[in-house]
Amino acid sequence: MAVSRRRPGVASWALAMLVVLPFAVPAANTGVPLQAANTDVSNINSLQRGARNFVNYCMGCHSAKYVRYNQLARDLQISEHQLISNLMFAGGKTYEHMEIAMLEADATRWFGAPAPDLSLIARSRGADYLYTFLKSFYIDESRPTGVNNLVLEGAAMPHILWQLQGMQRAVFVEEEHDGTTYAVFEKFEMVTPGTMSAEEYDHFVGDLVNFLEYIGEPIQLKRRQLGIWVLIFLLVFGLLAWALKQEIWKDIK
Amino acid sequence: MSAKSGLNRRHFLAVATSVAGAAGVVMIAVPFVMSFKPNAKAQALGAPVQVDISKLEVGALVRVMWRGKPVWVVRRSPEMLQRLKGRDAKLEDPRSEKFPDQQPAYAQNETRSIRPEILVVLGVCTHLGCAPIERFDIAPVDLGPDWVGGFYCPCHGSKFDLAGRVYAGFPAPSNLAIPPYRFITENLILVGDDTGAGS
Amino acid sequence: MNARRDAITDETTLMSKTADKLSELVDWIDVRFPMTKMLKEHATEYYAAKNFNVLYVFGALAMVVLVIQLVTGIFLTMSYKPDAEKAFASVEYIMRDVEWGWLIRYMHSTGASFFFIVVYIHMFRGMMYGSYKNPRELLWIIGMLIYVCLMAEGFLGYLLPWGQMSYWGAQVIVSLFGAVPGIGEGLVEWIRGDYFISDITLNRFFALHVAAVPLALIMLVVMHILALHETGSLNPDGIEIKEHKGPDGIPLDGIAFHPYYTVKDLVAMIVFFAAFSGVVFFAPEMGGYFLEHANFEPANPLKTPEHIAPVWYYTPFYAILRAVPSKGFGAFLMAMALILLFFLPWLDRCKVKSIRYRGWTFKLALTVFAVSFVCLGYLGMQPAVEPYVTITRIFTILYFSFFLFMPIYTRFEKTRPVPERVTYDQ
Repeated sequence: MAVSRRRPGVASWALAMLVVLPFAVPAANTGVPLQAANTDVSNINSLQRGARNFVNYCMGCHSAKYVRYNQLARDLQISEHQLISNLMFAGGKTYEHMEIAMLEADATRWFGAPAPDLSLIARSRGADYLYTFLKSFYIDESRPTGVNNLVLEGAAMPHILWQLQGMQRAVFVEEEHDGTTYAVFEKFEMVTPGTMSAEEYDHFVGDLVNFLEYIGEPIQLKRRQLGIWVLIFLLVFGLLAWALKQEIWKDIK
Repeated sequence: MSAKSGLNRRHFLAVATSVAGAAGVVMIAVPFVMSFKPNAKAQALGAPVQVDISKLEVGALVRVMWRGKPVWVVRRSPEMLQRLKGRDAKLEDPRSEKFPDQQPAYAQNETRSIRPEILVVLGVCTHLGCAPIERFDIAPVDLGPDWVGGFYCPCHGSKFDLAGRVYAGFPAPSNLAIPPYRFITENLILVGDDTGAGS
Repeated sequence: MNARRDAITDETTLMSKTADKLSELVDWIDVRFPMTKMLKEHATEYYAAKNFNVLYVFGALAMVVLVIQLVTGIFLTMSYKPDAEKAFASVEYIMRDVEWGWLIRYMHSTGASFFFIVVYIHMFRGMMYGSYKNPRELLWIIGMLIYVCLMAEGFLGYLLPWGQMSYWGAQVIVSLFGAVPGIGEGLVEWIRGDYFISDITLNRFFALHVAAVPLALIMLVVMHILALHETGSLNPDGIEIKEHKGPDGIPLDGIAFHPYYTVKDLVAMIVFFAAFSGVVFFAPEMGGYFLEHANFEPANPLKTPEHIAPVWYYTPFYAILRAVPSKGFGAFLMAMALILLFFLPWLDRCKVKSIRYRGWTFKLALTVFAVSFVCLGYLGMQPAVEPYVTITRIFTILYFSFFLFMPIYTRFEKTRPVPERVTYDQ
């Protein structure tokens, strides 16, 4: 089984040329460096806490209309009883979607825009964006909500979690580039402390974002597990086929 | 010798690769075949249905839809129940034994029900899926003097009694099916879910 | 012992009886349908050069992807709703509610990108070894038509999920037809069937994507294979193996497609499936290149995403479009970038086919072309700001130089002598 030395040069050069494209990953350009959410959708406890946080704090305004309660319960290992008593305050059937009663028209009147559905928010924005967003509200009296957000300037969303996080103010420093002065964010300063320490709040938001990551694609955990088996099968199949190919090609002189 | 062992090796590898390939084809076919199954949406739409029978009069019938099929709930009078008796000879399967899957075990009795007076039955003719008509009148002109009330299928003339049992000699092969159901309260029936029913 | 031997004999008789029955069946069919004849013509007695390298597996792989796309596409059609109100939700229904729907959908979305990866390599292979040259001009043109169909298919299909990128991508591309002189605006409305990209547009794109273009694609693929088997496959040495036949009429350097290349392609197919599964199971979005992040937001005609770029396989052409500050000329250049490829067999005046024996001018030109194509692809994803705009213009000029100067630099090319027989060192 001598390895043939058939001019691999040109062919492999061409392959490398076309396959390894010099891609740069496009990221949402917010101007603020995003903090890593470090989500782990295999952490069932975190997902359960995240589900509770989501139902308690987000579902007043946001729906997750592609997610069924019973799917959630199955994946998060929650019993039907726990599901009904802890997550389904509005009643309804367990097979129903996580929808909300607020009408879009009302939401538009109250906040200027309907609160977006959050089923796919982690897929469209990314977990890090959401994590940083939820930590970046700061006091801004010029806004109708009294707060602004460093990640999404002029966000219509009020700081729902302010009692937990507290109210912080953003410190900007002025920097000069090419004769123009820019206000550059430096740090947050806590004005009114909340009920949670900074670390507790990070965990709270982390669980929530982890949950959002999970509902973005509920199958993702099983998908990766299955993928490993598929690759193992292909490896075995590939080795057999390779051996057969070598055997048959012995004919060729 | 070496040529022969080479051929054997080749034969073995060809068979092994073919088997692995066939296994691969079967495995990749599974998701596609399974995708035809009733999915979460179908299951949600086919969820159990509640029927309130507090206003259902004696001798009357109410229809509800469950999984896209009509389910009849009939409150049978004592006379109606009386008429179920003594006609076994004319029925195809009076004890509902030929097709045990046509009803849950708790409804495999003479009245084909949990409570004798309340009949819950699928209103789909077992012949070709038409919807039979309820004919609770006695000996009408069109159905003959023998008719003691029951269900009549207008498509091909199959006749069923007030327990949904088919009369012999008609195209329908089996009794009308009884869906799984249970009583939540005295007057509230849950069709499609029978956890704990019959006990 | 005897009993056992009898059993073996019985088994052998049984097997030979079965074989007899089988050959009887084959004979019965062959009288009525040219089954054996076709198998011979296209597999067991189709002779290809024995010195194919790895680049020669991509034609077979393109067939594999076509099958993947057809099968998964049919199954997606069973659950998808071509309705502006329901399309986005129906995709999520496939992803979440339909049993295994997620796998079928990811196979289809990943297949789209893999189709282009495979086809780009396949086309480049053709350019390297002169597979488009006399007598394979029609084979090349049919192949180019397949490529155009594929681009149309990808574009039409991309509208169907009805996400933000679907919507605005279609908006931008359909507007391009407005650059056609005279009838532009009317043409754009005719394509959309409405005054904007709407439910009506979605519905017709669906019909074209699931029926019309796939039918054309299948027909063209059959023609492509028939044309290939008429001229015979070329090889990395660019030698016509039919010119050296043995006394049995079989090319001396040729080997039967089956079993030699079927088994080789099988190995390639498994490697392909491993890469394919790697994406499907571990990175279906491929960092936003195969499934764009903004497309997880439903189409909103009132809000354009901050940054619109087509899917990666169109970006070389998109970059050329943006390189020109005039809409009309930009669209013209973009069309030319594609059309010029059709004329490759006549632009190339060199008699030598394979890059192995061609002069440095062609090697340099082809390298410049490949680098330009890849860089334009990258630049097409970047925002249209400096320095990208200038770099894009440079690569656009280089891209076109490859074609426009080809008749000149290929005519005076200093080639190396081509051997009589293929090189195969085993």
